[in-house]
Amino acid sequence: MIDPDWIWGLVGGLMIGAAAALFLLVNGRIMGASGIIGGLVDRSGWSTAVERGAFLAGLLLVPGLFVLATGAAAQTNLTGNLWAVIAAGLLVGIGTRLANGCTSGHGVCGISRFSLRGMVATVFYLLAGGMAVVVFKHWLGVV
Amino acid sequence: MRALFAFLAGGLFGAGLYVSGMTDTTKVQGWLDVFGAWDPTLAFVLGGAILPMALAWNVTTRRARAALGTEFPGRPAPRIGHNLVVGSVLFGAGWGLAGLCPGPAVASLFWGGTGGLVFLVAMLAGMLAAPPVRNRIDRLATL
Repeated sequence: MIDPDWIWGLVGGLMIGAAAALFLLVNGRIMGASGIIGGLVDRSGWSTAVERGAFLAGLLLVPGLFVLATGAAAQTNLTGNLWAVIAAGLLVGIGTRLANGCTSGHGVCGISRFSLRGMVATVFYLLAGGMAVVVFKHWLGVV
Repeated sequence: MRALFAFLAGGLFGAGLYVSGMTDTTKVQGWLDVFGAWDPTLAFVLGGAILPMALAWNVTTRRARAALGTEFPGRPAPRIGHNLVVGSVLFGAGWGLAGLCPGPAVASLFWGGTGGLVFLVAMLAGMLAAPPVRNRIDRLATL
């Protein structure tokens, strides 16, 4: 039995991979969301600020305007526990900069070139993510 | 030109994140919830994304430069440092706690409400805080 969500996942995944391929083959850049954002935040990527800004504008506006225009019932279903949201945001921000990548950089772009660093990072963030769900959802029940 | 294609890549990335369900935190937490109601959708997303990107990396072995003239990014040294591991664990913990990583956090901003905005601001603050945290970890690691 095939869940339609899996098909949408595969289609969306192919779009994500095509975006990463486009950014690599045309712009010559690695499509890592945390690196693109982080380089603007700490100014380490200031020299390519326009390219970074344009990428983020597309990332923000295209899905946003699509949802607005179609009136699709988009939901993030984010937890209402704002302390958990703040803690999670801080962890994601610090962690991705220390590790130099997130799901798109290490996961999509790293694994696809058989990068050892990308694979090690992916194993550790998956393990930590699984443990976080066990601890915060099942044990503590805060999210 | 660089900005135009960066915008297109970002837009396709965001559309793919939305279509695949990765802007829905319950899909992400469902994937990480191995001991609960496990949702395998994310495996289809990651698999679908790696496929076109693997082909793109293959193209880079036969060409020196991207279409717009930039040299392709080289391979970073295959060193598994403590920052890669510590950072990935912190990132994974935050990812599991809220169900958002950097790409979807930006892509869902239009419909993510206050919580989505709070997550993004906290993530940016975490990215700003990362360099001093990195220095501290480096000092600890050399003790």
